Amino acid sequence: MQNENVSCVTVGAGTSACSINGSQEVRMTNSSTGGPVFVYVKDGKIVRLTPMDFDETDPESWKIEARGKVFTPPRKTTIAPFTAGQKSMVYSDKRILYPMKRVDFDPNGERNIQNRGVSGYERISWDEAAEIVCGEVNRIKREYGPSAILSTPSSHHLWGNVGYRHSTYFRFMNMMGFTYADHNPDSWEGWHWGGMHMWGFSWRLGNPEQYDLLEDGLKYAEMIVFWSSDPEVNSGIYAAFESTIRRKWLKDLGVKMVFIDPFFNHTANWIGDKWFSPKTGTDHALSFAIAYTWLTEGSYDKEYVATHAYGFEEWSEYVLGKTDGEPKTCEWAEKETGIPACDIRALAREWGKKNTYLAAGGLGGWGGACRATHGIEWSRGMIALATMQGMGKPGSNMWSTTQGAPLDTEFYFPGYAEGGISGDCDNSAAGFKFAWRMFDGKTTFPSPSNINNGQGQHIPRLKIPECIMGKEFQWSGKGFCGGDIPHQMHQYQYPAPGYSRIKMYWKYGGPHIGTMTATNRYAKMYTDSELDFVVSQSIWFEGEVPFADVILPACTNYERWDISEFANCSGYIPDNYTLCNHRVISLQMKCIEPLGESKSDYDIYAFFAKKLGFEGQFTEGKDELAWVEQYYNATDCPKLMTFADFFKKGYLVVPDNTTRKKTVALRWFAEEREKDTPDWGPRCNNSVGYKGLQTQTGKVEFIATSIKRFEEQGFVDEYRPAMHTYVKAWESHHCELAKKYPLGMLSPHPRFSMHTMGDGKDSFMNDIKDHRVEVDGYSYWIIRINSEDAAARGIKEGDLVRAFNDRGSVILYAQVGERTQPGTVHSYESCAVYDPLGKPGCSADRGGCVNILTPDRYMSKYACGMAPNSAQIEVEKWNGDIYEIY
Amino acid sequence: MMKQKYIVIDVRWCHDCNNCFMGCKDEHVDNNWEGYTAAQPRHGHRWMNIERRERGKYSRNDVKFLPMPCQHCENAPCVAASKGAITRREDGIVMIDMVAAKGNKELVDSCPYGAIYWNDEADIAQKCTMCAHLLDSAEWAPKMPRCVHNCPTGSMSFYDCEPEEMAKLAAAEGLEAYKAELGTNPHVLYKNLFMFTKNFVAGGITVDGDCFENATVTLEQDGKVLQTAQTNFFGDFKFDGLEDGEYTVKVDAAGKAQSSNVTIAGKSLNLGFIAF
Repeated sequence: MQNENVSCVTVGAGTSACSINGSQEVRMTNSSTGGPVFVYVKDGKIVRLTPMDFDETDPESWKIEARGKVFTPPRKTTIAPFTAGQKSMVYSDKRILYPMKRVDFDPNGERNIQNRGVSGYERISWDEAAEIVCGEVNRIKREYGPSAILSTPSSHHLWGNVGYRHSTYFRFMNMMGFTYADHNPDSWEGWHWGGMHMWGFSWRLGNPEQYDLLEDGLKYAEMIVFWSSDPEVNSGIYAAFESTIRRKWLKDLGVKMVFIDPFFNHTANWIGDKWFSPKTGTDHALSFAIAYTWLTEGSYDKEYVATHAYGFEEWSEYVLGKTDGEPKTCEWAEKETGIPACDIRALAREWGKKNTYLAAGGLGGWGGACRATHGIEWSRGMIALATMQGMGKPGSNMWSTTQGAPLDTEFYFPGYAEGGISGDCDNSAAGFKFAWRMFDGKTTFPSPSNINNGQGQHIPRLKIPECIMGKEFQWSGKGFCGGDIPHQMHQYQYPAPGYSRIKMYWKYGGPHIGTMTATNRYAKMYTDSELDFVVSQSIWFEGEVPFADVILPACTNYERWDISEFANCSGYIPDNYTLCNHRVISLQMKCIEPLGESKSDYDIYAFFAKKLGFEGQFTEGKDELAWVEQYYNATDCPKLMTFADFFKKGYLVVPDNTTRKKTVALRWFAEEREKDTPDWGPRCNNSVGYKGLQTQTGKVEFIATSIKRFEEQGFVDEYRPAMHTYVKAWESHHCELAKKYPLGMLSPHPRFSMHTMGDGKDSFMNDIKDHRVEVDGYSYWIIRINSEDAAARGIKEGDLVRAFNDRGSVILYAQVGERTQPGTVHSYESCAVYDPLGKPGCSADRGGCVNILTPDRYMSKYACGMAPNSAQIEVEKWNGDIYEIY
Repeated sequence: MMKQKYIVIDVRWCHDCNNCFMGCKDEHVDNNWEGYTAAQPRHGHRWMNIERRERGKYSRNDVKFLPMPCQHCENAPCVAASKGAITRREDGIVMIDMVAAKGNKELVDSCPYGAIYWNDEADIAQKCTMCAHLLDSAEWAPKMPRCVHNCPTGSMSFYDCEPEEMAKLAAAEGLEAYKAELGTNPHVLYKNLFMFTKNFVAGGITVDGDCFENATVTLEQDGKVLQTAQTNFFGDFKFDGLEDGEYTVKVDAAGKAQSSNVTIAGKSLNLGFIAF
């Protein structure tokens, strides 16, 4: 379907017109990182965004029978708070409405690189922007080669499988040529670098599968231990409040819920029976003490361990203190964690007796504790405990109450990570299925990369500043790499042999100062004299966008055509739509025209492709809607509905498949059968007869054969030993730094924002009392301090405080209370606003980017992940200074 | 009497997600609902004002929330103060007349719940209308206000029913008015209101250094037993819903007894461990 400047109303998209208070509105559809929505539009303007209510034309919902009750989900979707407030982000005074150029930047004269981040901007036309950008691209390609152009987008694009970064962005960038700053697996870290070596699951970056666990849990659960898990906030990911009803069901069934989190999180407050607050960096002391209790009291599954674990005896000797002279008793753990020994013992004993599910992280895997200095050993500790209780048997598993709804896994609709219109098999999961369904190789073609692959050039996102300013760098693992366990041990260097250093940076979005670590580095980097040119493509003027030489205005997903499924990202979280209560596939209608002169990413790239001479190859003559139709027809959707009907209705609910064979996660492993879940791995070459785990022994490896081999090859890593060990966190109450900076800061993913998406932008979010607080006309980010720590520092609720360490200073609003153990403070990461009071990168930030205070050190020598939940800081009342000292 | 409109809010299930607050702003900011209310200013107004109260002390503590829109009172002080500019519709929704009330800033102070806000630009007092413009439209499929429709936890419900039905529901579910002493008879009613307005005393029982399950704990006042609890496997007990006053906590564990006197004075208490 070819539609030039299509307007939704004239082509008939949008199900119903409705008359509200005499005004004619059209109800259209779209979707977001926080759920699909009905969009009511009038006179080219969005009136409201609501969750979707299903009607009689939509298929019936699933039912689960358990303990004499029948459970079935509500006939509507839920939306996340940032989606509920998304209209304010579309209509925001921070929207970039036309291309801009830094006033003192002249590509043919003085570039004034030293003024990046300081000087202002002037409006230019798209043609002027193209002349500068394409001029620089072509110059740099001729002088240095395409690898001299660096680009990277943010972690979460606005929703839509065609417009997503794996799709449109890669299709263009791969054709233009560029070095990609590989994203570290920022939500997985400890599971990726640690857990994977213990139980495989490399195709999930070390997280466990979660198939059919809702029914299992409703039938058998007596206790759920939520460990670094706050599903009412993170919902796994992208799934709004879909699983909220399930936790209420479990509560009604009398299931006990215990929460372990340094912060008294929102799910704990809502539904918890008990809260443990370990000091930051000490969760694994707690897991060792639980294991110690089970070992000494014999309350673990000895038969299971005998057949399913490798290295368990040697590990047990270590836990009991026979090899290092330190028994990992509950009293020992009390000293490490600050949690009373009797409470730890009570938990261990109950766990040993009752059917217990371990909700490690919010997804089933993940959790803030995996993004910390002890993340590797915490993740391994979680796997150790689940193994000791016979995971996979009825009533015992690792399950976070989020995934595992009984949805139809046989129906194929891809997630955003499956490549969309790029078909890039190296940098997305396109090669699993989708590329072969999407591109016929005759009339339509994918866009692979010859630079961003194993043999090309790379930069790790966490070390962009080191590469730009330091000029060379070495590390392990190419970002998200889960093809095989040893992939993460592959050694990389910048510049790659034969490739150029970076001369130009095409940044997509501006969040790094609010999302990476020790982020003053990212501000300082921009003034490096050898970084010739910076272009920033962004929807909003925020974060590091105002460091660019040229700014290109992108539009939101409400201003373009796209297609997607509720919460389905796929890729390294296969089948994660089971987070939801229904599979909801949405046509993301172009509800309104792009604001100002902003354009969709696709249209921006099509425009630049034309100027660079590869428009035909990029577009294949198609606009976004035509790609959406091609995409639709490459899925199973046409079996249920024609594209024409889908175009009219706007969404599709996949029917309950009552003939689907239910396969509980890890049941096959517990019962030593061939793997029967619809999971993506292990590949047959990583298993023997499809039995056992992906590890070399096929068992849960308490001593990892993969790390042992690495050690034998000379890569010895004191913070990642082969055996699961109590490695003291390198930044915690133990370390030397704690004498100067005694408070351990936890900085988890934010509650009211999707990374930086809901924050700043003059959005409605800023009015949420627990998100930002206005003091004297300025909206400050919040830090949560225990009442005793606050009293010791003369800090009262509502004071503006300076949180600081040697890495920087951030000005924050003090919320004083009891939601942390004394000695622990809490402030969310992912602030969108970077507002240095003096020189950028060298002064206090008033926006609230607490990431400035977090360590840039990798988790360990060869585990190149981030540890933002380990930061020792001090807090004092702010005296108004700008602290231009860093 | 025609059917009346009510919102019921269960404090037990609210966890401050703010979807109600977002829904309200989504519906009203930049949208001028002619004949109902002018557009809400982008910032500053809280037609759905979520009050927060932290109770207890680490690590026996909680945080409770009270989402508070206009209470749509039957005896509304704002109506009385408005000289006809604020009226109650027949269905119980209290409405500010955008024309008659113009320029009258004093209306803001007439509400004992603080639910009326001043809009400088429009020169008018404003508040929650229970989304009357939507409820009045037959084509508004959800048939409930935006706050209720957006609520994901089941904390909020909307009722369009006879007052007798609501009275029955209120009795069965223990629904109460917030600040009932004002005598305003609101159409916004709360369940488990004590979690926000009252206090608890909590503690843990240990015997020989270990948490003790099934200890019997009683809460007494003036020699009268008010509540009895068995400790859970952590040895924990919690008595909630307490008015200010002097209480005695008696513990019977492993054949031994202890008692301690506690005073609730506007704050919840964490007694820590009581050791045997």
